[in-house]
Amino acid sequence: MRAYTPKDDVQAKAYYTDRFYVAPQVPKQDVSSDEVFATDLEAIKAKFEVLDAYIQVEQMVVIINAKDNYGVLELLRDELEYTQLSELSAIDWIAKSGEFEVFYQMLSMGKRKRVRIKCFVAKDEAINSVEKLFRSADWSEREMYDMFGLHVNNHPFLKRILMPYDWEGHPLLKTYPLEGDEFAAWYEVDKIYGKEARDIIGPEIRDTARVDRYDSERFARLGHEVPKGTKITGNEPKTPLAYQEEGGVFMIDRFDEEKSVIITDRDR
Amino acid sequence: MAQHKVNYTQNAGLPVALTTIDKVVNWGRSNSLWALTYGLACCGIEMMASGASRYDFDRYGTIFRASPRQADVMIVAGTLTKKHAEFIKRLYDQMTEPRWVISMGSCANTGGMFNTYATVQGADRIIPVDLYLPGCAPRPETLQYGVMLLQKKIRAEKAIKSQKAKRLM
Repeated sequence: MRAYTPKDDVQAKAYYTDRFYVAPQVPKQDVSSDEVFATDLEAIKAKFEVLDAYIQVEQMVVIINAKDNYGVLELLRDELEYTQLSELSAIDWIAKSGEFEVFYQMLSMGKRKRVRIKCFVAKDEAINSVEKLFRSADWSEREMYDMFGLHVNNHPFLKRILMPYDWEGHPLLKTYPLEGDEFAAWYEVDKIYGKEARDIIGPEIRDTARVDRYDSERFARLGHEVPKGTKITGNEPKTPLAYQEEGGVFMIDRFDEEKSVIITDRDR
Repeated sequence: MAQHKVNYTQNAGLPVALTTIDKVVNWGRSNSLWALTYGLACCGIEMMASGASRYDFDRYGTIFRASPRQADVMIVAGTLTKKHAEFIKRLYDQMTEPRWVISMGSCANTGGMFNTYATVQGADRIIPVDLYLPGCAPRPETLQYGVMLLQKKIRAEKAIKSQKAKRLM
């Protein structure tokens, strides 16, 4: 048995790590192994500084400076035939190095190649928008802002896209708890009924295994239903399934459980 | 020509049926439960199936209405997100009294498998719920059974008594 460690902040770090575990790496190949990628990389290198470049799973990954992102994507689109921006988002590396990784996944239908442009943005810095180059970046950058709090300069409408506009916090940050912070836990109560309603409505019940068999206000035992507010003793009689009140519609009256024949032999 | 055989001697010769106001009003209310079209997630598919020809909700007088002002019962079918919470409250407030709420499926009951920051942990945190249907998703039979239980509940109510407006708090 391993030692117990608190599990309330599991997103921050894994609570168990093997001492001899080495994270598997996707093998990287040199860019010169692919002719098309090699010429593309030369074209980028001629104009911009390239920090690193390699091929992973038949896709070229180019790491650039964050300030060059607009220029590199423009070059890729106008001169190197990468006409589609299929995806754009960020990765939270704040705990490791205090910065976000922003990636742009590019596709060239003519060359049948994919290139991923990566850059690193410090926690408090902003990145330039590429919305002028690719319309698809509009919503992706809004989502990136919504989920990570990473600001985008020159974006035409930088507003939250998934979470409500008055939300606090950015849920895809590694420091954001999965079940939400205090603001998230009381969001709907505060907004609709006001903060003073917290005591009346009560906290969220997050324990999925919670069973209170004496709670007849919310749930009664199935098959032993009682009227709301009844004191439960545990000796409630079994209530047969009833589909209609006494003397109801004659057709449905036939569906009485006690009068029905229940067939247990499937091969009858 | 049809031969109408009217027995004029029954009920003491009067074409009259006697009942109570309660029963007549409740008969009307329970047999025309118009439901608000309110599919929020996959339970909405089961709710649609209940309304379609195979399960045929019209038999119960349950007809889906696209306006809360014409609806008697709100079937909360699916995951209620925190972003949507204010809208369910607004829709519920727009329904006229008397009104009922069926919470359909695990997500609407308790948040279900979505133990996350974005999901309301039970629709009863926002609006008062009359009936909880278990299941993920409940089959149309469950919803039918639920509507019949709600009918039973309505028939047990005092109709002529002034209705106390249901409030969560």
